Amino acid sequence: MNTLDKTTDEVLRLAAEHFKVQRDQLTPDDDFFKKLGINSLQALDLLTRIEQHFQIELPDYELQGVSDFRTLAQRIQSRL
Amino acid sequence: MNIFQGETLSWQVLDGAVELTLDRAPCNEIGRSTLADLEKFIVALPALQRDAHALIINSTRKEGFCAGADLRETYRVAHELPNDERLPALRDFLERIHHVMNTLDEAPLTTIAAVHGVTFGGGFELALACDLIVADKMTRFCFPELRLGLIPGFGGIPRLKRDLGNALVRDLLLTGRSINAAKAQAVGLVSQVVAEGDALRVARSTAAQLKKFDRGTAIAAKKFIKPIPHDELRQEIDIFCDLFMRPAVDAGLRKFVESTDALPYLP
Repeated sequence: MNTLDKTTDEVLRLAAEHFKVQRDQLTPDDDFFKKLGINSLQALDLLTRIEQHFQIELPDYELQGVSDFRTLAQRIQSRL
Repeated sequence: MNIFQGETLSWQVLDGAVELTLDRAPCNEIGRSTLADLEKFIVALPALQRDAHALIINSTRKEGFCAGADLRETYRVAHELPNDERLPALRDFLERIHHVMNTLDEAPLTTIAAVHGVTFGGGFELALACDLIVADKMTRFCFPELRLGLIPGFGGIPRLKRDLGNALVRDLLLTGRSINAAKAQAVGLVSQVVAEGDALRVARSTAAQLKKFDRGTAIAAKKFIKPIPHDELRQEIDIFCDLFMRPAVDAGLRKFVESTDALPYLP
């Protein structure tokens, strides 16, 4: 099973690939809405890619109040 | 009229399939203009289906198939009307949209919803009125109405109950969460999950397959296996109207309308 660090790294990589930014521009504590300039619709797209990649279901209400990659990774980790 | 271009949608007959294409920014929200165009479509449908064996409903909007009811218009209209006119106007709108949905649901040709991206609320309900759903892998389905203090009002609950087990209906309705295409296929809602951007192509391929079968037999089979839950559909309108006048709904709509996110889809 993934460690939290590995999960966080994979989330950052997925976000960088999907939103076409350099991976090293993203850090775990970044606010993904602000850093990536995305809206809630694009966040749902990222959610779908996360579910597909980690083979989990992550209800969108679990993302309430979550805006940084590290906390997002914690939510994912709890489903692995 | 085999080809039509309306304000919010267009249709054409292509290779024996009627293609109804939604195209209203930002994500095909269903308000009065879309309803008017859909009503034109169902008037034209008897003539269109003479030369067709399938109907494909799809969207050109990159955001998705359809985000549901036009909540900004709903809020604005509710506030423009005198109090005693709000409920009759709402009921009229709902009855008209139900007539469209029911007509699509029992149309004497196989109907396919080719969906992608956001397929929420009324958009989900439009897909549920179809016989088959072909979803690209980035589709998300959701009934977010409870977030506004409402229930789905375009026939979604009776149609979802018709297709799925009650446990999943309760999950979707009571949590307001969205599910992805893979999950939707796993529970039997979606017939095919396809690559991103490929839903229309696969729907056309499916429609081409249907062309091989005797149309009269297909219509008889559909009528037998797909009852229209008329009583529950009428009940849904009544419950929706009862709920709509509550202050919580106005507050929920105002929050949506005042959101700075152009497409506020997260709960």
